[in-house]
Amino acid sequence: MKSLEELKAIKAKMQDKVNLRTSSAQTRIVVGMATCGIAAGARPVLGAFVEGINEAGLGDEVIVTQTGCIGICQYEPVVEVYKGDEKVTYVKMSADRAKEVIEKHIKGGQVVAEYTIGEATK
Amino acid sequence: MDELSLYVLDITMNSVRAGATEISITLCEEGDWLDFTVSDNGCGMTEEQVQRLSDPFFTTRKTRKVGLGIPFLTMLAEMTGGYVRITSVHESVSEKHGTVTCARFGKNHIDFIPLGDMIETVKVLIQGSPNVNFTYLHQTEAGNVSLSCAELREILEDVPLNEPEILAWIGDNLREQYLALSQK
Repeated sequence: MKSLEELKAIKAKMQDKVNLRTSSAQTRIVVGMATCGIAAGARPVLGAFVEGINEAGLGDEVIVTQTGCIGICQYEPVVEVYKGDEKVTYVKMSADRAKEVIEKHIKGGQVVAEYTIGEATK
Repeated sequence: MDELSLYVLDITMNSVRAGATEISITLCEEGDWLDFTVSDNGCGMTEEQVQRLSDPFFTTRKTRKVGLGIPFLTMLAEMTGGYVRITSVHESVSEKHGTVTCARFGKNHIDFIPLGDMIETVKVLIQGSPNVNFTYLHQTEAGNVSLSCAELREILEDVPLNEPEILAWIGDNLREQYLALSQK
């Protein structure tokens, strides 16, 4: 069983870096988690970002958060990526697309144009 | 939505947005029925708001004109012979404010949908609201699965519950609890 002892060990390991983390985060990934988002499949998208960022060891630079409905329900699951002064809105996301965005945009700095709202509304 | 666990997530998000600090999610499976209850200490709703909950054209949000969470849930529950009951005390009425949503589903009804991944639902909720004390209890005839954020917080102190390593531990812990039940 995943014991509380194990949890204590994780805590001991993490305590020092936590404070550092929140202050130095440069990039924010925001996933819409209202009824529209959830119904369209936002839960696995969020899971893919949380796991993907952790696996990539980017936990210090990137925060993954949730938001409510932003009013473009027909494009859900919607994900907004804030990097520096730039904001990119990705639409109709999936877990696989999330992995691609981490790889190309978050790590590589190249916006995945085909999933952006600009492309979807053309 | 094709999993009941997504409805639980959606309904619990209402509690989060109501500013609740304590939210309990209880699932109870007994005989032909699956009941779930979400109760919170959020700001609550006025009588008028409660009355209009089943109206899809009623919502307090400003980004769109429809609110489908409760109508969706009610439709699904009633399709399986169950119901949804909501009671709420608005913060202007009493210090003991909050909302309780009870939903009942007929598990053997042909329109019942699978419960799906409750572990993901719990993880998503904690990820989005690490400061809320979620209590999760799933009662089945084989035994119970439970999680208390308040208990975890006693151990973790100032380490946030939504750190990926902690979320992974929470997922593994729940998974092992479910596995133990299935082996009984």
